[in-house]
This record gives sequence, C-alpha cells and structure tokens, in this order.
Amino acid sequence: MSATMQQGQVAALEVRNLKKSFGGLPATNDVSLTVMPGERRLIIGPNGAGKTTLFNQIAGDLFCDSGSIKLYGEEVSRFKTHKRTQRGVARTYQIITLFGKDTLEHNLVLSLLGLLKTRWNSFVPLSGSAHLYEEARRVLATVGLEHLAKRPISEISYGEKRRVEIAMALAQKPRLLLLDEPLAGLSREERMTVSKLVAAVPRDTTVLMIEHDMDVALELADQITVLHYGKVIVEGPRAEVVSDPRTKEVYLGE
Amino acid sequence: MTAGVLDKTKLAWWAVLAAALVAVPFLMGDFYINLLSQIFIAVIFAASLNMLVGYGGLTSLGHASYLGVAAYMSAWLFLKMGWSHLVIAPIAIIGTTLMACAFGWIALRATGLGFMMLTLALSQVLWGLAYRWVGVTDGDNGLRGLTRPAPFGIDLENTTAFYFFALIVTVVALAMISRFVHSPFGAALKGTRDQPRRMSALGHNVWMIRWLTFVYSGFWGAVAGVMFVYYNKYIHPTSMALTSSAEGLLGVIAGGSGTLAGPVVGAAIVVLLKNYVSGYVERWNMLLGFVFVFIVIFMPEGLVPGMHRLWNKLRARKAVRDSNTGGREKA
Repeated sequence: MSATMQQGQVAALEVRNLKKSFGGLPATNDVSLTVMPGERRLIIGPNGAGKTTLFNQIAGDLFCDSGSIKLYGEEVSRFKTHKRTQRGVARTYQIITLFGKDTLEHNLVLSLLGLLKTRWNSFVPLSGSAHLYEEARRVLATVGLEHLAKRPISEISYGEKRRVEIAMALAQKPRLLLLDEPLAGLSREERMTVSKLVAAVPRDTTVLMIEHDMDVALELADQITVLHYGKVIVEGPRAEVVSDPRTKEVYLGE
Repeated sequence: MTAGVLDKTKLAWWAVLAAALVAVPFLMGDFYINLLSQIFIAVIFAASLNMLVGYGGLTSLGHASYLGVAAYMSAWLFLKMGWSHLVIAPIAIIGTTLMACAFGWIALRATGLGFMMLTLALSQVLWGLAYRWVGVTDGDNGLRGLTRPAPFGIDLENTTAFYFFALIVTVVALAMISRFVHSPFGAALKGTRDQPRRMSALGHNVWMIRWLTFVYSGFWGAVAGVMFVYYNKYIHPTSMALTSSAEGLLGVIAGGSGTLAGPVVGAAIVVLLKNYVSGYVERWNMLLGFVFVFIVIFMPEGLVPGMHRLWNKLRARKAVRDSNTGGREKA
C-alpha cells in the first residue's frame, strides 16, 4: 500500500476506545491500541482481563458496543468476520477449532478456499483442484506436518493440532495475524516448535498474540500491552513493560 | 460419473443397477412400475432435503412446501389458466425457487431449533392457505383433472414412458446434487455445518452459503413437486402438510443424512412401506414407526453408513479368521 512512500505511517491496526460489555459487565472498557505494520505485539493480562474479547472484536466475531477498529486505515468495526478476513485478518483459537473428521490437507484447503472466488463454484469437483491440495501440503510442510496430510485431524496429537491451527491462518498470508494462546497446553518441546513457527512468520504479517507463557512469548514480542479488567494498564517496549511496577502488581502482586 | 475413484467392481455394480432399472418395465407389471416411479419422485424430494439436513446441518420441517407449491402452481396454471406444460413447468419451478429465496431469508434468521420452527411455521401457513383459499386451491377437494405432458410426442400417460421420464429426471437430479456436494461450494457447506465460526474466520460467508443451499434445495424440491403432480394428476393440501415434510425427513435420516445414497434408500423404504406394505398391514404407520425405531437404535447414523460399518466389520473379522486358520494349517 502506502508503505513505499510513507514507511510505517499507516498503522496495521488502530483500535480506539473499544467498549464491550456483557450484561453490564465491561469486558473491554475503553481499549485503545496502535500496532504498526510488521510489529509483534504481545497482549498479556490475568484471566478475565478481556484479551480474548478484544480478539473477538478485532476479528469480527463480536461487534463492539462503541469505538473504532481500523485495519491499515480502513474502518472495519461494522464488517462481519468473513469480510475482515477478506481484508487480511487471520486468527487462531485458544480452544482448537478444526474440522475433526477431515484430513489435514482438507482443513488447509478450506482455509485457502476462503479467499478464492472458486469457493462459490458448485458444479466442479473440488478434487479436481490439484493445485489447492499441493498448496495445502506446502503450507503443512512449513509447520512440519506434511507427512500427516492425509490423516484426519481426530488422529493427530494436541500439539500437532495447534500447529494446524497456525498453518490454517498462515495459509491465507494475512496482513494481521491474531494468535490466541498458541502455546496453551503444549509440552516443553512442542512449545519450542511452535514458538519457532511464530518467530518465522514473515515481517509483512503483523502479529498480535495473547500468551501466558512469558519465557517463550517475551522473546517473540517487540511491544507488550497489559490488560486488566478490560483496560490497558501498561503499554510499551518489552523491557519497559516487564520492569514496570504495575505489570508486576497485576501479575504477581495478588 | 465424475468421480475418478470408480474401480472395476464398482463399475460392474453400477452397470448391473443400470441394466436392472432399464429392464424393470419389461419384466414387471404396472403396479410395480408405478411404485418405482413414486420411489423416484420421493428420492428427488429426500435428496433435495438432504442438501440442507445432511450437508448443511439445517434440519427443515417444512420441505413439503416446495413440493406442494410447485405442484399447486402446475395444477392451477394448467386447469384454471389452460397454459401448456412446456410453459408451466419452468414457471412452477422458478416461482417455487423464488419462494425458497424468501423463505430461506426468513428461516435463516436462526439455526438449529429456531430454524426448524421457522420452517415448520412457514409451511403450516402454506398448508392452511391450501385448505382455506378455496377459490384457488379448491380446498379440501384438491385440484384434479390435470393431464401428464407429452414431451417430443412421447405420452407420459403411458406407465413405462413415465417410468423412464422419472428415472431420467432422478438420475439428473442425483448427478447434480452429487456434483454440488463434491464441489468447493459443497466443501464449504460441510464446513459451515461442522465449524461455522471457523468458516467465517476463514473468509467464508456462512449465511450466504446456507441461503444459497436453501434456495438450491428448494429448487430440487420444486422439481420433485412437478413430478409429483404429473404422476398423481392431483394435488391435495395434505401433500404439503407436516406429515409430508416429516416423511421426507424420515427418509433422509433412516437412509443416512449427509450421504448421497442415504436418501435414496430411505425414501425407497418409506414409499414401499406406505404403498406396498400398507396393502397387507393395515397399520403401516405403526410399522413405519417400528422400522424407524429399529434403525435409530441399531444404526443411528442411518442405514447406508450403518450397513457400510457392518460390512467393514464382517470383512475385518473374516480377514482375521482367514489369517488364523492359515497360520494353523502351516503349523
């Protein structure tokens, strides 16, 4: 876009005064944040801080009560989820949300189809789109699961499912990638594998990540936002936020 | 057909089936030929409903509306307007499909139970209209006196001719529905059934996918309706009552929803019980109930997937037995 003339002038994501309450209980209460293109932003906060609610509003699963969401300068807060995806948003889920009976490659094909016009074609067999399955296997190879391409999701391990989640998001070459606890429930080795995957995401993708595992997540982050009771408490470069007393209070002070 | 997975045995089975279907009119009496024609119509109806129920995960309790409206439109335009079948058939099908556009738009405000209730409510409105709007529908008397068309000079009043006509339409319908199911759109539809939230996050317009399926399903329901009125030369409000919708649904579920062969088997069973067994057993409805309960208990996934599962089990057991005896012989 305008990246050539004004590097970094247009934010990848600009959230302003975002509010969402559930029956009077504010889940995000006046959240504002600006994420620049290519940035790796980590969002932390205790349980119930409104992190996933924030993600759901950015992705479009929830409409905000008030506030605005701009994606590369375009106001998207009234767009439905699929329309935001067409604009380059991709996400993974904290609770694994895959097509359990289908093969890994079919899962990836559904992801690829999401951005293709052929998804409306109801007269040509999908199996004829060999290039889609090739691309699916190529993406699976990037997360090291090519050998399982023809296995159904229900037969693979939890850690592998996590990697499929990420592969499905990456397959769309998103401009903005939302990772909701990509390391949750993984073993030590699996966490290293997944964090390497996240680290390898190309810089033309902006990454917003919710994660509790500080050891791994901190290394991946440029900037950190701390949420607490639906509000931004601290925000800034990694080192500043980590040493900020308010961060410690929220996380360790209890 | 299109699938490239047909091996030789499968091909042979298809050939046998095709030969049998072609041979039927020359081997059997009119009663059985007519029975098969009715089965074909019920198969189109159930297969169209299966697009929604089996592949979309949207259980409709009002599918008979499309059959009924297409049938009523055909009968009314023929009897009261005196138009020719050539004009009527496309009008009835397109008109009914347009109605499906509107009904889908209303019913898809909800999914699950809400969707089911909305489809039921809409179909009950039409059923009531058919009963009460006597000026158009002749109410409880139904519309009668229709004749069957004679395309290319082939008079469909002839039992055998109608049989082949119904057979061809059914094969085309099933082939088109099979194409639909195996297409990218069909894959997306199944995705919206299994993980709607994920599908919209992947960029798929879940509502639009469901709505288009609803409309397409209504289209094939309308085709079944036109065939239905040609066969019976009569249409009565009961044809679009809840029982009629439920029979279709029963066929889909008994045969195996979300499979191509399921509705074919299921619809055949329902028609056979209704028209054939009822000649011997007066309480055929009870028998239908028993059969359904039996299927639900022993093969909750439906007859076709259930039989498939049993078959694989038996084969696996046989393979184990063979290898066991083979081992003993060597020893």
